[in-house]
Amino acid sequence: MESTIIRSKNFNAYFGENHVVKNVNIEIPKNHVIAVMGPSGCGKTTYLRCINRMHELIPGATCNGEMVLNDEDVYSMHPIFVRLKIGMVFQRPNPFPNLSIYDNVIAGYKLNGIKLPKGERDKVVEQSLSRAALWKEVKDSLHKKGTFLSGGQQQRLCIARAIAMEPEVLLLDEPTSALDPISTSSVEDLLHELKTNYTLIIVTHNMQQAARVSDRTAFFYMGELVEYDDTKKMFTNPRDNRTQNYITGRFS
Amino acid sequence: MSNLVKYRIAKSSALKIFTIFLAFVCVVPLIFILLYIIRAGITKINWHFLVNIPKPVGESGGGIANALLGSMIIIGVAALIAIPVGILGGIYLNENKKSRLAYWSRLCVDILQGVPSIVIGIVAYFWLVKPLGGFSALSGSVALAIMMLPIIIRSTEETLKLLPDSLKEAAFALGMPFHRVILKVIVPCGISGILSGVILSVARIAGETAPLLFTAFGNPYISTNITKPMQSLPLLIYNYATSPYNDWLDLAWGASLILLLWVLLLNIITKLTTRRWKVQL
Amino acid sequence: MDAPVEKDMMTRSSEIPMRVINSAKASEVVNTIKRIKRSYRQIRTENVFKKTLVIIGLVMVILVFGILLTLVVESLPSIKALGLKYLWGKTWDPVQDVYGAFPFLLGTLLTSFLALIISIPFSFAVAVFLGEYYPKGWLSDFLKNTVELIAAVPSVIYGFWGLAVLVPIVRSFESKIGVEPVGVGIFSSSLILAVMIIPYAASLGRSMIQMVPSQLKEGAYSLGATRWEVIRSVIFPYTKSGLFAGVLLSLGRALGETMAVTMVIGNTSIIPKSIFAPGNTMASVIANQFTEADKPIYVSALIELGLVLFLVTVIINVIGKKIISRFTNE
Repeated sequence: MESTIIRSKNFNAYFGENHVVKNVNIEIPKNHVIAVMGPSGCGKTTYLRCINRMHELIPGATCNGEMVLNDEDVYSMHPIFVRLKIGMVFQRPNPFPNLSIYDNVIAGYKLNGIKLPKGERDKVVEQSLSRAALWKEVKDSLHKKGTFLSGGQQQRLCIARAIAMEPEVLLLDEPTSALDPISTSSVEDLLHELKTNYTLIIVTHNMQQAARVSDRTAFFYMGELVEYDDTKKMFTNPRDNRTQNYITGRFS
Repeated sequence: MSNLVKYRIAKSSALKIFTIFLAFVCVVPLIFILLYIIRAGITKINWHFLVNIPKPVGESGGGIANALLGSMIIIGVAALIAIPVGILGGIYLNENKKSRLAYWSRLCVDILQGVPSIVIGIVAYFWLVKPLGGFSALSGSVALAIMMLPIIIRSTEETLKLLPDSLKEAAFALGMPFHRVILKVIVPCGISGILSGVILSVARIAGETAPLLFTAFGNPYISTNITKPMQSLPLLIYNYATSPYNDWLDLAWGASLILLLWVLLLNIITKLTTRRWKVQL
Repeated sequence: MDAPVEKDMMTRSSEIPMRVINSAKASEVVNTIKRIKRSYRQIRTENVFKKTLVIIGLVMVILVFGILLTLVVESLPSIKALGLKYLWGKTWDPVQDVYGAFPFLLGTLLTSFLALIISIPFSFAVAVFLGEYYPKGWLSDFLKNTVELIAAVPSVIYGFWGLAVLVPIVRSFESKIGVEPVGVGIFSSSLILAVMIIPYAASLGRSMIQMVPSQLKEGAYSLGATRWEVIRSVIFPYTKSGLFAGVLLSLGRALGETMAVTMVIGNTSIIPKSIFAPGNTMASVIANQFTEADKPIYVSALIELGLVLFLVTVIINVIGKKIISRFTNE
């Protein structure tokens, strides 16, 4: 019996008048990798951004319905608590350009005004970077600016930055779409390892990626959650016609 | 942990309120100044005020006709000099983005924009007043024209930069010579942007006093001869505002209100033309 | 430049007559000749136009160097006679032919920096309000337009208002805190200047803040930062060079501002003893004394002030503009 970490019920999201996420019901189990896929503009990224309340930062964006994290309603918590528990990695790597690699990793602590003793800080940095499989590459240049790294390294730095805060859930919004194939595979390998400690929700428009990395897959189409099932089942024997069409490449 | 977060949230909203407060405090002095000048000036303005020249000390009444006419002539001549040169300068900078002369030229336009107006007044004095043997409205116009140039050049360049290259290519493809492409196609397409730059430049210099101190110099009578000293609105305000006579102070308040309305009107026109232009794009 | 055109014309004119020969009508021959002449004229005008543009570009450079040259040439007598002593001389007494510019340098620096210190919190608040908190809506339109109006009001009007309204207020304030109640002086000038320079740093700061990539802000939000923490740790560091340039350009404005300062600073050529004392700035001395200067050395000493002012503002503006262009190109 696996425990549910995130549950949404009749969840809707809007941009002004535009209804972009329609009545989504989903239960996400702990310590799994969940892939969210669908054609562009299907609302998958918006749904992801609703989970840690990044959606409401866009002017005119609203949402309603139930979004629960560990039996607690996300929308009755303060957004800061939500974002501390649910980390996020963005489509394009966005390390803070004014900070060094070291400072980027502990940026979350700094921003949150948590002062760690030097020893502990070093430990957090090393641990997070090793978990993000970046430690070996950057351990000699920790005090260089993060923007000197390659795209794949920058993205892993962003992952390290997110997991340094010890979140329960990590949201990844097309984390490899701006990366080359080699960097992509290093980030994908990383996802497998992170599964033991975190619950990962990854948005992707790349079906192969969804099939490779995830335990479960959710398929969004025109704002609706069409199908949500074990990845293997979904790719071999989809229930819905639209899913069938999508995974066989009949529309994109 | 929870207390820390509560503190941070409270700090964030407190600082937000503080920022909003500071931002809106800026508006207060402006509103004070505007209201004060309207109150002090409105009672002084009537038909008599607009068509008469100032009376000598001790006699009440009098108007600012010489300054109004003088301002119009000085600004008009300045615009006549600055508009063609400024627009051509803007075209030059837009057409030659890479050349070395254009680099220096652009730098000099930037420098010109920052030169204190009093310095331009001094220079105009040595360029025109001294060689011509006396203060003249023309030298004042030249000083103001130098101040208008950077604004017109920059706004022309920025406007032309926004026009798509395809427009120029289409015109060249029809075999039009360069000057026709520029003057008949490019400039007409950007005309409202260029125009708003011109109006803005007039608005900026309409209230300039410092460059006129040693050039147009001022004149208590009506004069239309641009080779002789001429009164202008800002000069009149400066001279009468610093005088100890109440009649003259009253005159200066009336003149301030007129100058203020004139400058605000020009700014509003600029705003409207810019908005129109943006919608068009 | 003319050579390629001539060649171009020759090829064209040798082409067209071939066609003319084929169709042997006299009127067409005339027409063709007309057309040749016309296109020849067109090309000539094109060249004249291109040259005019280059000349205009050159004129801008000449204008600035002309200004510099004029100032240098006209202040040579004073530079020769007084040397560097001029800048540090503490007395300015034209009657005795003693010209020390230090009181004015000090007056300029005091008024400008005091004004800058007063105005920075306000201009940054406007920049953050318009750039981050409320970039859209009627309230921010209102604030934006009002702040732009501050820059539009002529300086002589600020001076007049300062003289009539602000100076009496400052005077009663001064008598309350127990300094000599003169009203006019450095402090009054700084207050007026502070209002006048708010728009420059504010509008530049606003556009810089709006250029901060939203992904960076989202990165900080996703780590649980509050709005203020995003402003302090993401927006300020990212825009710091731009904000600095805005402050620099405001300073350039304050240094060169003439009329408003001349009207409320009190015009005394002695070194101000406190920030409430009357004084003079470089620009206000020139405005006050230039037309009265009766001796060549006196005029020349005043021009040298203009030269110093010109050089300082040029340096400040060039640095400011360079920072901005580097920032916007990134």
